[in-house]
Amino acid sequence: MKNLHIYSYRKYVLASLVIFIALVYIGKLFQIQILSDKYKKLAERNSVRYIYEYPSRGLIYDRNNKLMVYNKASFDIVVVPGDIEQLDTNKLLNILSITKEEFLRRLNLAKKYSRFQPSVFEANITEEVYSKFQENKYFFKGFYVQKRTIRQYPYFTAPHLLGYLGEVSPSILSQDSFYLPGDYIGVSGLEKAYEKELRGVKGLRVMLVDVHNRIKGSYKNGALDKKPIPGKDLYTSIDLELQMYGEKLMQNKRGAIVAIEPKTGEVLALISSPYYDPNLLVGRDRAKNYRKLAQDTINHPLYNRATMTKYPPGSVFKISNALAALKYQLIDRNTAFSCYGAYPVGGGHDIDCHIHPSPLNLPGAIQYSCNTYFCYVFKHFVDNNQFPSSREGYMVWKNVINKLGFGHPLGIDLPGELGGNVPDAIYYDQMKRTKKWYANSIISVAIGQGEIGATPLQLANLACIIANRGYYIVPHIGKAVGSPQNVLSFPKIDVDIDSSLFMPIIEGMEMAVLAGTATIAQIPGISVCGKTGTAQDPPRKNHSVFIAFAPKNHPKIAIAVLVENSGFGAEWAAPIASLMIEKYLKGKVNRKDLEQKIMNAVLTNPYK
Amino acid sequence: MKEKIIHTHRLDYLLIFAYLILTIIGWISIFASSYDPDKFTKFTLFNLNALYGKQILWILISFTLAVVILILDVKFLVNMAIPFYWLTIILLVLTLVIGTIIAGNKGWINLGNGILLQPTEFAKYAVSLVLAYLLNLPAFNLENKKNIYLLIAIVVLPTLIVLLQNDAGNAVVFISFFFLFYRLGLPAFFFFLFFYSIVLFFLSLLIKQYVLISIITLLMILSTILLNKNRKAILKILISWIFSIVLIVSTNYVFFHVLKKHQQDRINVLIGREYDERGSAFNIQQSLVAIGSGGLTGKGFLQGTQTRYNFVPAQATDFIFSAIGEQLGFIGSSFVILLYVLIILRMFNLAEKQRSTFSTVFIYSTAFIIFVHVVINIGMTLSLVPVIGIPLPFVSYGGSSFLAFTLMYFTVIKLNMHKNEVL
Repeated sequence: MKNLHIYSYRKYVLASLVIFIALVYIGKLFQIQILSDKYKKLAERNSVRYIYEYPSRGLIYDRNNKLMVYNKASFDIVVVPGDIEQLDTNKLLNILSITKEEFLRRLNLAKKYSRFQPSVFEANITEEVYSKFQENKYFFKGFYVQKRTIRQYPYFTAPHLLGYLGEVSPSILSQDSFYLPGDYIGVSGLEKAYEKELRGVKGLRVMLVDVHNRIKGSYKNGALDKKPIPGKDLYTSIDLELQMYGEKLMQNKRGAIVAIEPKTGEVLALISSPYYDPNLLVGRDRAKNYRKLAQDTINHPLYNRATMTKYPPGSVFKISNALAALKYQLIDRNTAFSCYGAYPVGGGHDIDCHIHPSPLNLPGAIQYSCNTYFCYVFKHFVDNNQFPSSREGYMVWKNVINKLGFGHPLGIDLPGELGGNVPDAIYYDQMKRTKKWYANSIISVAIGQGEIGATPLQLANLACIIANRGYYIVPHIGKAVGSPQNVLSFPKIDVDIDSSLFMPIIEGMEMAVLAGTATIAQIPGISVCGKTGTAQDPPRKNHSVFIAFAPKNHPKIAIAVLVENSGFGAEWAAPIASLMIEKYLKGKVNRKDLEQKIMNAVLTNPYK
Repeated sequence: MKEKIIHTHRLDYLLIFAYLILTIIGWISIFASSYDPDKFTKFTLFNLNALYGKQILWILISFTLAVVILILDVKFLVNMAIPFYWLTIILLVLTLVIGTIIAGNKGWINLGNGILLQPTEFAKYAVSLVLAYLLNLPAFNLENKKNIYLLIAIVVLPTLIVLLQNDAGNAVVFISFFFLFYRLGLPAFFFFLFFYSIVLFFLSLLIKQYVLISIITLLMILSTILLNKNRKAILKILISWIFSIVLIVSTNYVFFHVLKKHQQDRINVLIGREYDERGSAFNIQQSLVAIGSGGLTGKGFLQGTQTRYNFVPAQATDFIFSAIGEQLGFIGSSFVILLYVLIILRMFNLAEKQRSTFSTVFIYSTAFIIFVHVVINIGMTLSLVPVIGIPLPFVSYGGSSFLAFTLMYFTVIKLNMHKNEVL
């Protein structure tokens, strides 16, 4: 035909069109099959369902294998949005007692997370809700009951120590793929510090489902399935009886007690008062109770006063001052300073002292807690000629103090430990706007006031250092994980001071209890060494502070007690420490009157 | 001398080989798409309860008829064109009256025993034959406008009936004949017009109308300035400007009042306006997921999770390419596309070499019909074309489709055996 010849060039046009479209299609194939793995992922989500099995969380025991935390079964309702079919919404609203808006809000959150992975819809349902739900579960396709465990505390004790669980936060979710939304994670205390050991591993079954969501079998023959692994138990060094005894002593008072076994660094008791029933932060009412506790701005019950606050240590600090001077051979046991009732600074800033024999040597100064003595020691050190300037002298002094555990966290196995405060020279440079300052302008530091801040843990640790004559083991609560034989190890820190130099200190501390400021702390038949402290907290009353260890030779316990705004060290802190020591070493306390007096005392008004 | 029944040396083995490969791939894909391990106890090839069993039956029938075609006297094929055409028209009208409705369109006649006949598939064959016959007549002159109208009417008549059946998909297929007309000299202008209208239609859905009108007006003014002397050109520009405006403005009406809801949905999904996961978008999404998850080499036979667990609707028929994509991956699916390209280009090649116009026209028609089916079907599974239900030649499940395509295909092979003769 004529036209076929005339337009024969068009065969090329047509062939090009065919080839062009083929290339476009192959290009599209390339894009979705090779370049993008979006569809591969969608395919897997489409056809598999993830069923999780929650393991039991590790239990926590005290040093005598008494159970401090255990688990209780709890049920959550979880939702897989992609599974929802013909939902009888009203019925569900009724059973859960929530509004339609709340229902939609939660459902949207779940959808945003994933259509095919479960999200917690309602946590910790009551038994009633559980049974009603199970009866009607056929109307709630897409909603399932998930068995979980929550914590139960057999004793009203140690909430700060043990910590509590909360729902995992979005930031952690994005960092650690171990957790799903709605999972629980340790938020504070040992629960947080040992989260990885306590949490176990979730079990998983991955099932293949067809387009109607019927389970068709195991995905990849169970290759991705995991059996749940229960959490590892934690064995702690806490002596539950001692802990609860101390908490009773501290009732109606604000403050902290820290008791450590000096040779091992094991924490025997860690008390922060006021405290609360740990069962409050579990289950349905957790959020409500937490709010109530957090809003108590007078007592701050959620704060761990043993590790998370810094107090001026007061006279207790004098010991560190002395140790620094001893180390640099600036003083020795017999070095004496006279005290006429005050240390002269001039300009109305004299440091007052109380009445005691004068002059005193080092043990005597400790025994009677003479402020003047230690101010002279400090001046002797910082302004000493062997240093190019007082500033440099201060820095050397500070270095010793740091080694004694002050000014930095010690590394206890609890989260949120503060490091106290020992300012470095730059701080004073800025404060005084010159690098030329001298001991007298920062003299209150010598007696543990001024800018010096310490946690009760650091004070107890100081007691350990002295008890051990020159070292400490990093204080810790966890002893073993998984089984009592699987013992954890913690570093030994040498403070770099010859053990012989501790002798005058110990002598002084022994005398303090026998015939000095801390006679209240005497226990018949036990040689107790202690040091009182009275930390000023203007305009409120002084903090009552005391550190001690016993027995003097081969000490078994080192302890620090701080009672906020209550008076002299000997008034409250010393007797409390003494009772604790008696309880621990003898097993029971004979001084019932003292015990009663302490337990009944209400010291929560700081302005009286 | 007894003539050979089939001059086997004149058979186009390339085409036959390609046909066999596609048929095998197709059958295996149908098997995988309808495979239900729960019901699968004993394997019988001829299990008429299963899709793959029914397909085997149609394949065997088609093979038989293919051989018949090869043996037939070629003149018979030429002469049966017109009667066959009227036969299919009658069948189409009959379907309108007593037909069974499947998937929303009334295009099937139930022959009993679950065997369904779809006359539309044979209508494509018939129209190809008739067009070939007419254009082969020496007296048939394309300068005569009446003849052109006749050709168009021959194509339009079955198209209208098919539209009345509510089968928009198959109606669209008749466009393939316009490619034939293009080869025969139909001014390219009509094609431009057609594509231009489609593009404008989609653009009016996506961009605000006044913006689009402004752009078009600007372009028109620009081109007027560039061709300022040519009066005829200016007239043409003016006409196309009016045409564009009319098209743009009528888009809304056409979209909402002419197109059916599901067609609106499909277009919405294509342009990304709507995402109803359980509705129209579902098919596309599932198809893309199935194909996309195939990766380079696919998941392997019967290992496609999307196919196996029935995530892709119509996965044995319209969306069979999804099963191929998932199981055979990029390599497999590209191979299938290239196979079709090979068949179509081979047919182009053969068509040009025919002495007789009848053969040229018929071979071209077949090639274009296959082309349009492949473009629409695979395009649909790749979300490049709105969902239009038409089968993938030789691969989709469907007896009538397989048979009709086989007949056309082997007619091409048969005609080619006589390429040096005048028919």
